[in-house]
Amino acid sequence: MKQEEISDKGRRDFLKTAAIATVAATACGSLACSCSSKKATVSEKVKLLSPDGEIVEIDSAYLNHQEHMAIISKLEARQGIAGKKFVMVVDLARCKNARKCITACQKWHYRPEETEWLSVKLLKDSEKAAPYWFPKQCFHCDNPPCVKVCPVDATFKRQDGLVLIDNERCIGCKFCMAACPYSTRVFNWNEPEISFDIKDLAYNPETGIPAKVGTVEKCDFCPDRAREGLLPPCVEACPNGVFYFGDENEDTVTNGEETMSFSQLIKDRAAYRYMEELGTKPRVYYLPPKDRQFPVERGYENLDSTIKKRFEDIMEPDIKKS
Amino acid sequence: MELNSYQQKAFEYQRPNIEKFGKRNWFWTIFFLLWVIAGGYALYLQISKGHGVTGMRDNVVWGLFIVNFIFFIGLSYAGAIISGILHLLRVPWGKPIIRLAQMMTIISVVVGPIFILLCVGRFDRLHYLFIHPRIQSPMTWDVMAVVTFFVGAVLFLYMALIKDLAVYRDAKLKVPKWRQKLYTALALGYRGAASQKRHLIISQNLLAIIMIPLSIIVASILSWIFGMTLRPGWHSTIFGPYFVIGALYSGCGVLIVAMWVYRKMYKLENYFTDRHFTYLGYIMLVLAAGYGYFTFSEYFTSWFGSAKWDNELITKLFSPGEYGWWTLFANLAGILIPILIVSIPATRKPNWITGVAFLMIIAMWVKRYLIIVPTLETTLLPMQDTRTEYVKYAATWPEWVLTGAGIASFLLFFTLISKFVTVVPVSGLEEAEPHFAHHSHQHHPHQHAPVKKEEVKPA
Repeated sequence: MKQEEISDKGRRDFLKTAAIATVAATACGSLACSCSSKKATVSEKVKLLSPDGEIVEIDSAYLNHQEHMAIISKLEARQGIAGKKFVMVVDLARCKNARKCITACQKWHYRPEETEWLSVKLLKDSEKAAPYWFPKQCFHCDNPPCVKVCPVDATFKRQDGLVLIDNERCIGCKFCMAACPYSTRVFNWNEPEISFDIKDLAYNPETGIPAKVGTVEKCDFCPDRAREGLLPPCVEACPNGVFYFGDENEDTVTNGEETMSFSQLIKDRAAYRYMEELGTKPRVYYLPPKDRQFPVERGYENLDSTIKKRFEDIMEPDIKKS
Repeated sequence: MELNSYQQKAFEYQRPNIEKFGKRNWFWTIFFLLWVIAGGYALYLQISKGHGVTGMRDNVVWGLFIVNFIFFIGLSYAGAIISGILHLLRVPWGKPIIRLAQMMTIISVVVGPIFILLCVGRFDRLHYLFIHPRIQSPMTWDVMAVVTFFVGAVLFLYMALIKDLAVYRDAKLKVPKWRQKLYTALALGYRGAASQKRHLIISQNLLAIIMIPLSIIVASILSWIFGMTLRPGWHSTIFGPYFVIGALYSGCGVLIVAMWVYRKMYKLENYFTDRHFTYLGYIMLVLAAGYGYFTFSEYFTSWFGSAKWDNELITKLFSPGEYGWWTLFANLAGILIPILIVSIPATRKPNWITGVAFLMIIAMWVKRYLIIVPTLETTLLPMQDTRTEYVKYAATWPEWVLTGAGIASFLLFFTLISKFVTVVPVSGLEEAEPHFAHHSHQHHPHQHAPVKKEEVKPA
């Protein structure tokens, strides 16, 4: 009982600081952005709202651009970015399981190594078919089975197509995890280790950090980066340009190197959505692994032994055969 | 409250049961309490350390807890349907066991929901279910259904208790003051006046009429938590009725076992007669056949159609290396053996029927496990995970201890309630044996049952 009281008090204190941090963050965030464009005028003074509600004047040289700073309210995070319709195209012909996307994603979202928001599967559609690497993030379905079953509106569909989770609303019933046919969602089974530099950040569904015990999380297509005109880390990190990210309304997708017409790309390369038959209407399109750039073994040979083990069942017989 | 001589005899016979709390009662109460305390410790661990102390992981997100939830809450629905039907049809032989069914309803609707709460990662946010409800979620339907059902069940039991409470009040029982006061307060001044009688029977009839369909609705909603997802083995149109009949069936088994235990404990052979076991045995047989039929259609259609994931699941369920032996046990002990034992006249005896009912209860619990866990282990995309606990579910000790605590609290409630009210309702015994047939009409001048007379055909 006592323990509970203490932890409850701790939580209240935390919420208080979080609330203050949000106010400060909103103020700083916009100022920080406006300052960064005028880097030359170093000695310029700017006015800021302190956590105590006072207006202080400081030198803009001391202002830093802070990553993961939520610059929008939680309500805005539920509505989405107006006019956008995010979409992703994954070119299976280019993937060789370099796993750079995974590391980049884990790093950006401060995920521990074993919980992957983005995973690369090795699929083999039928006995005689050739295996291929299959990067899989959240499909941000237009008919999302996970959103349908959430009893408290903790996971929601936004107007820009994204399916996000509010981990301050989530009660941790895991119904969404049972309902997601693609096993995309992960759960914080234990108290997550929060890295020092993000522990005081105000939570926002768009940034998804810091994580909370007993709540569900998943790939979010990094809308906080999209707001700043940046690509998700997985797209940027891929050495082979597997991921194309973009906006269906603009009909444009890019992998950082090349920018294409979305409709043309999916038409030319006969794109498909994974398990279309489930009626979930994913927002991720796959380009079939035709004319592959790498033999499939290239993504297997040099893997860590623990990760290698994941694909043994499919790869070992395949290697033996050839 | 006036009692006729038969009722008076029944009351005097049971009087010591509610007046005295014997050594054996203390022993069991303490034994069950110890389990509950152990469960409390496991719960403390789960809350303080997170759900990581359970065997549940990202693929198998629900485990023993939801199995227990389905099991207990099913008993509750069964109790409501059985007591509702016994009440409405004025089944004369049903009078002595109606309270047992209602006790089962109340106790399991208290114990059951605790287990669904154990599946929830954030206890501190439970009230969000009420302040941020989202109506299209089957979980929200279930919350509404269980709460409604709970209220209905409490009222139904209470209405049925009022006459007896008046008897206890007037009997000057040798019990502590607070209990006498409680009886007096709860009896609501019932004196058996004509208008009181009429109001009571109308309320009871209405509640029975509400509770029967309500039980069917809530059992179906429970099944839809699974049926509405796109998972193999769950996404099935028969899941609603399948759960309804499964609940009724296991509830019938628990009723038989409870009857046997109380009969032994309180020497109630005159009230829980051999005929009760035979009749409930017949009901069990019919339900077993029904449940077997559903199970067969479920497995047969998935196997014959052999769509990819259905096929994978069926293979898992039937291969000896995986769940094969459990599937065999669930269907032998849960369906075939009960049918056999009740069918053969030589084994259609209280002890046999109770034994087989007990076995069937366990088998039905296993069956629920087989509905939940193998499906969650059958993901549509290959797991390709090397962490064994993520691939295959294995319940951990806190889960088992909490399960034990659930069973213990279930039995504890049964012990305590039987010390507060008589297990056999005394005021309802008017039409009881030995000559019930022509009495049933005469004693109900204000019969409001909507059922037709010709339907009143006990076995």
